Amino acid sequence: MKINANIAISQSGYIFNPQTGESFSLNPIGVEVIRMLQEEKPKETIVASIVDRYDVTASAFACDLDDFVSLLKQYEMLTDE
Amino acid sequence: MDSSKKIRYERPLIKPINAMMPGKTGKDTYLVPVLDVDGVPVSALVEKYGSPLFVFSERKQRENIQRAKRSFTTRYPKVHFAWSYKTNYLDGICKIFHEEGSWAEVVSGFEYDKAIRNGVSGNHIIFNGPAKTKDDLKKAITNGSFIHIDNMDELYLLSDLSDELSIKPKVAVRVNLDTEINQIWDRFGFNYENGQAWDVLCKIVRMDKFELKGLHCHIGTFILTAHAYAVAAEKMANLACNVKQKLGVNIEYLDMGGGFASKNTLKASYLGGADVCPSFDEYAEAISTAIYKAPFKTSDLPVLILETGRALIDDAACLISTVLSNKRSSSGRRFTIIDAGVNMLFTSFWYDHKVSPAQPFSKYYEDVTLYGPLCMNIDVIREFVSLPLLNRGDHLVIHNVGAYNVSQWMQFITLRPYVVQVSREGKVSVLRKRETIETIVNQESSTTDNL
Repeated sequence: MKINANIAISQSGYIFNPQTGESFSLNPIGVEVIRMLQEEKPKETIVASIVDRYDVTASAFACDLDDFVSLLKQYEMLTDE
Repeated sequence: MDSSKKIRYERPLIKPINAMMPGKTGKDTYLVPVLDVDGVPVSALVEKYGSPLFVFSERKQRENIQRAKRSFTTRYPKVHFAWSYKTNYLDGICKIFHEEGSWAEVVSGFEYDKAIRNGVSGNHIIFNGPAKTKDDLKKAITNGSFIHIDNMDELYLLSDLSDELSIKPKVAVRVNLDTEINQIWDRFGFNYENGQAWDVLCKIVRMDKFELKGLHCHIGTFILTAHAYAVAAEKMANLACNVKQKLGVNIEYLDMGGGFASKNTLKASYLGGADVCPSFDEYAEAISTAIYKAPFKTSDLPVLILETGRALIDDAACLISTVLSNKRSSSGRRFTIIDAGVNMLFTSFWYDHKVSPAQPFSKYYEDVTLYGPLCMNIDVIREFVSLPLLNRGDHLVIHNVGAYNVSQWMQFITLRPYVVQVSREGKVSVLRKRETIETIVNQESSTTDNL
């Protein structure tokens, strides 16, 4: 699971997908997660990183991460490798 | 990391940017978190009484009835309010309105008994409704209550009871009429325009078995134009004058019923409820001006009775609910499931209730369909609402739920929750306990009857 190389992400959370021509906005934690996905960090590492800094349990965040990733797939931003 | 230093969590959000033409209704959603009800923290209420939870404000109820009374009594000399029991008949609610001087307006034997239990004297009870039983009527006649006649069967039953009890029942005639709005409520009483009401009034006077005291109408519900009341009041006042002139009976009161709108937003309404709901002043101006136009002698000016319920109680209560889960529809739309369903929030079928988060949130919103917990597809609290990113366990406050919900609610699948009230001093009292499984099974039986 990897973010497509041609996806442009600004620091403020603006995303442009040149493949579909669509634009998106992210909230700050969304930016953090997508950066980690760009760095090809495994799911367990992403969960541990967020749970360490935010007041959320691992299971609650894992559930939200699954939902977030499913949307990235739907928006054609992910490559399965 | 030390758990006390952790950052408040918010779900990761990715949202498509749709650059559309701005529309007249395209204003930003603006919400503020509702952290307390009249000074009592939502979190403390949920901790003590659980979720969901109905919370009523004594302060708001008293403010509403005092404002309504001020609007009418500054325009008309003789005004009585009668608390509409069907709107909310919890004793703790009724007693507030009775303390503020309201009589009781009831529509069934059950409500009648509740009013008596609440200490309302019989001659301060107005008995409406299309389905009064013989026993109900006997009780009302004996107690000197005002019985509003709905149909001819009831009239003849009352006539028989008048002979049986040797008491002349105090009655009013329920009149339905055209008020120049779309809804013509002709279910209750006798029609004005086709002469039914006049015929019944003549009959009542001729029978000489009743004390004809008043005329009553109930023109509809959630009436968003005060003009409809002006039309109704003018017709009622003229009818009363005709009764005096042609039948020689002085009509002592005109009861204009209920139907004043609350600040809730009706589904498919172009504007928000708060923007279109007439004020008490507007209703009062319309009604009192219309009565003054009729040729009453000053000494014969009838008492004006108002049975408004919804407008006095709707914004005095909220329903606290909790997020159970989040999911997505087939199209990717956010569905949020909360623990309050349509069985306890009946009014969500016709209102877009305002919903506020009960904890701080960021500037990020998403479009949500808010579902209740029932295993039924119709269990939708809001079909379309923009809300901050809600986590499981977050609380929501659903506003303006005071009218009808705790009288029309259904026990279904789960048990009905606590209903509490915050006093003017900020103290919390229980108006109705949460149901237990015993509440339900104790009514069940396996006995056999030989009939």
